[in-house]
Amino acid sequence: MTVLEFDHVTKVYSVRGAGQIKALDDVSFTLESGRTIGLVGQSGSGKSTIAKILTQLETPTSGQVRLDGQPIPRRGAGLRAYRQTLRMVFQDPFASLNPYHSIRYHLERPLRLDAVVPQAELEDEVRRLLHRVRLEPDAVIDRRPHELSGGQRQRVAIARALASRPRLLVADEPVSMLDVSLRLGVLNLLADLGRDEGLGVLYITHDLATARHFSDEILVLNQGQVVERGTADDVILRPQHPYTRELRAASPDPEKHFASLSGSHGGAR
Amino acid sequence: MSTPTPTNPQPGGHADPAENVENAIELKEVEGLSQGRIVLRRFLRHRGAMTAAVVLTGIVLLATTSIGWGPIPGWWQFNYRENLPIVNAGGAPTMSFDGGISIGDHPFGQDNIGKDVFALVMRGTQQSLLVMTIIGLVASTIGIVMGALAGYFRGRLDNLLMRFTDMIITIPIIMIGAILGVLVGGASPITLALALSFVTWTSMARLVRGEFLSLREREFVDAARVAGASSGRIMFKHMLPNAVGVIIVNATLLMASAILLETALSYLGFGITSPDVSLGNLINQYQTAFATRPWLFWWPGLFIVLIALCVNFIGDGLRDAFDPRQRKIPSQRKMAKG
Repeated sequence: MTVLEFDHVTKVYSVRGAGQIKALDDVSFTLESGRTIGLVGQSGSGKSTIAKILTQLETPTSGQVRLDGQPIPRRGAGLRAYRQTLRMVFQDPFASLNPYHSIRYHLERPLRLDAVVPQAELEDEVRRLLHRVRLEPDAVIDRRPHELSGGQRQRVAIARALASRPRLLVADEPVSMLDVSLRLGVLNLLADLGRDEGLGVLYITHDLATARHFSDEILVLNQGQVVERGTADDVILRPQHPYTRELRAASPDPEKHFASLSGSHGGAR
Repeated sequence: MSTPTPTNPQPGGHADPAENVENAIELKEVEGLSQGRIVLRRFLRHRGAMTAAVVLTGIVLLATTSIGWGPIPGWWQFNYRENLPIVNAGGAPTMSFDGGISIGDHPFGQDNIGKDVFALVMRGTQQSLLVMTIIGLVASTIGIVMGALAGYFRGRLDNLLMRFTDMIITIPIIMIGAILGVLVGGASPITLALALSFVTWTSMARLVRGEFLSLREREFVDAARVAGASSGRIMFKHMLPNAVGVIIVNATLLMASAILLETALSYLGFGITSPDVSLGNLINQYQTAFATRPWLFWWPGLFIVLIALCVNFIGDGLRDAFDPRQRKIPSQRKMAKG
C-alpha cells in the first residue's frame, strides 16, 4: 500500500514585471494505491503545477509532499526511487515522445534505468508492455513516434509510464489531445490498468463527465485553491460551490443530447 | 528531378492516390531499419548532396594522389617547389581542347618563375581541406558543448558561458592574426586550424544554446526527467539528436568560411606561408598577376568555390536525412505516379 500525501502545498511563481503569481494555494490531498482521484479545473487553475510538483519537476514554495510518511529526497538515489514509484502520462502524445527515437528505445530506457528486468529479457518485456496497452508489438516496435497515430502514441506513452512498474500514476489530461473517437478507449485502458495493478491514479482533466466516470474522489480546483472535494457523484451531481456549478453548466450534457437525439431518430444510439 | 531513379520500385503503387502511396512506400522501406541505415538511405537519395559528395571525393583523391601526401609519392611528375623551364609563352596553360584533349606538361600553366600551377593548386587544396576539416570538427565540438551546457542549465552557468562567448566574439581575429604573424611568423596548418577553432565556435554555441532553450521545454524532455534520466543523458541522447539539423547546417557554413578565414590570415603572414601553400595563400600571392596571368588566379579560386559549394550541398543533404519527420524522398512522388 503506497500513500502519497500532498500536504498544504503552496507554489508561487515570480514573473518578471508581473510580480508574484500564486499557482497553488494551500492544496492538500492524499493519493493511495488502488484509488483514482480526479482533479478538475479550467485552464490556469493549477492542475499542471500539481503534476509538476508531484513529479519533482518543480519544488513547492511551502508545504510538503510525502511518500509513505517520508519527504521526497531532492536528489540522488532517493529521488530515483521516488520517480520509479510515481510516473506520469503527459498531455500531448505528439510532444512527449522523442521524435528521434524508436518505440523500442522509448520502452527499453526506463527498463534499463531502473533495472526492472535482466538484460536478456528486455525484448520480451517491451513486447509484454506493448501487449498490455493493446498494441501489436510487431507493428510498432521499430517505428518512430511520427509513424503512429495519436491514440497509438498515447498508448506507447502509457506503456512507458508503466515500464518501471510504478505504484502511482499521474495522468495530465491524457486524452485532451486525442480524437474524440479514441478517448474512451484510452481512458478505459487507464482504468483497467489502474484496477489490475492496484495503481493510485491522479487523473487531471477539465472534462467533468470522464472525471465522474473514472474517479473515486474529485477535487475541484479554481485559481490554485481546492474549492470543492468529495466523492465523484456528490461533486458532479450535487455541486455545492458556485464554481463547480458553473463548470457543470458549461460542459455539454451527453445524456440530454442523446435523449433528444433518440426522440427524433427513433432511439438509435 | 524529371528522371526518377529506379531504386526500389514498388509494384502496385501506381493506382492509389500519390500521398498514401508515398507514405506507404516510405513506411515499407524504413521498416525494420536502424536509424543509421535510414539516414544513409535518405542521404543516398539526395541528388544534390550525392553529386557534391562525388565531386568532393574526386577533389580529395586528386589532391592526395597527384602530388602525394607527406612521404608518399604521387603520380604527378612535378612538385610544387621546383622552378621549371617555362614551356608556353608567359607560362600559359598547356591544356588544349582543339581536336581532342591534351594536357601537356603544365595543364594549369606556370607562374613567372616556372612553378607548376597544377602542383601548387593540389598542394593548396590539401592544406585547405586539412584546415577546413580540423576547424569544422574542433570548433563545432566546442560550440556544441558550450551551447548545450548554457541552454540546458540556464541561469548562472548560461550567463557565464555566454559572456565568455561574447568576449571571444569581440576578439578581432584579423588583427590578432596580423600581430601573431609578425611575432611568430607562419604556423603549421594544424596549429593554424586549432588556433582558428578556438575563435570560430561562437556562432555554433549561440545557435545550439537557442535550440536547447526551446527543446528543454518540450514534453519529451520532461518525460525523460520524470523517468530519472541524468542531465548528461538528456542533453546528448534526447536533445542533441533533435538539434542535429541546425548543427550540421552551421558546421558546413563554418567549414566554408574557414577556408576564407585561412586565406585572410595567410595573407597577413600568420598562417600557411611560402614555400608551403594553401588555396587562399595562392590567390593572395598572385593577386597582382590577375591581369597578366589570370590562370594563376582562376584555378585556386575555382577549387575554393568547388569545395565550399560541395560542403554546403552535403550539409543540406545531411540535414534532410537526419530529420525524422521528413517522409518525402526526392523523386519518390514522381516514382509513384510512374
